Amino acid sequence: MRKSNLADFLVLVTIENKPFVSDPEGETILRDLVVKGGYSNIKSVRSTKNLKMIITAKSKSVAEESVRKMCKDLRIFNPVISNCTVKAMLGNANSTTK
Amino acid sequence: MARIGIVVFPGSNCDRDVHYILNKVLKIPADFVWHTDSKLSAYDSVIIPGGFTYGDRLRAGVIAAHTPVAIELKKMAKGGRTILGICNGFQILVECGLLPGALVMNNSRSFVCRWTTIRVDNNKTPFTSLLKRNQTFKIPIAHGEGRYVADGRLLKSVLKNNQVVFRYFNDDPNGSVDHIAAVCNEEGNVMGIMPHPERAPVNRSFDEASMIFRCLSTYLQPK
Repeated sequence: MRKSNLADFLVLVTIENKPFVSDPEGETILRDLVVKGGYSNIKSVRSTKNLKMIITAKSKSVAEESVRKMCKDLRIFNPVISNCTVKAMLGNANSTTK
Repeated sequence: MARIGIVVFPGSNCDRDVHYILNKVLKIPADFVWHTDSKLSAYDSVIIPGGFTYGDRLRAGVIAAHTPVAIELKKMAKGGRTILGICNGFQILVECGLLPGALVMNNSRSFVCRWTTIRVDNNKTPFTSLLKRNQTFKIPIAHGEGRYVADGRLLKSVLKNNQVVFRYFNDDPNGSVDHIAAVCNEEGNVMGIMPHPERAPVNRSFDEASMIFRCLSTYLQPK
């Protein structure tokens, strides 16, 4: 039997507000925890939303492309206010909670 | 007589307030329509009430915007019928793409539940036709993700097309750009409003908030 060339990839989806949308969560973390806690060398904190997905695909680029398309089609992120980055790595089901 | 449909999703929680004020107080006939019912098109107008549809998962309003009823709403909007989204209903209409911009977490990072004052910016819509331009009145607010945002280009077109219907007056409860509290589509038949007109008591001192429903009722009367 021919061996399948499909593999499981762990895909990280990061949704971040565009620069014109202020980020009160990140600002509060920076102002009230980081700076007050003495880490004054940290200049900026931006909160993001992360989704971890496991996808079976032929290659890393195919995995990224299909997740990217899905995020756009289903409005997993709101393109009016957010940017979305997609990064795949070879992974398995144990890499994240199923 | 024109009938209004009140769309109910899992997690809607202002549906009964809207039903009460329409039927019992203002005597405007309105029915609940469960979101899977396909009879929405039988109504002359639709109100999407506030609440936390689908637990605000992912983003407020986004899951509701992917239900079959959203397709129906888009058809009704295109056909010129009036749609009013209140609070979470506003968020749903934005996620459906029926209204411009987006609604994000309040600048304060806190849920805000109190009274505010709003000012009429556009009285040429079916929801504001009996109000005066620049008229101000008190109205309750209750939201966590009520900060209206739009980038420079979009905001310019919203302003140019007279799509800002209400602004917060001498108040900034959430950090909305330009103090925007309500916007409509270019045609004016779809409006989203963050404050809750259905929560204002209807008596002599507070009947301006309920005017939004009275305006709609007047608009729906056969000419």
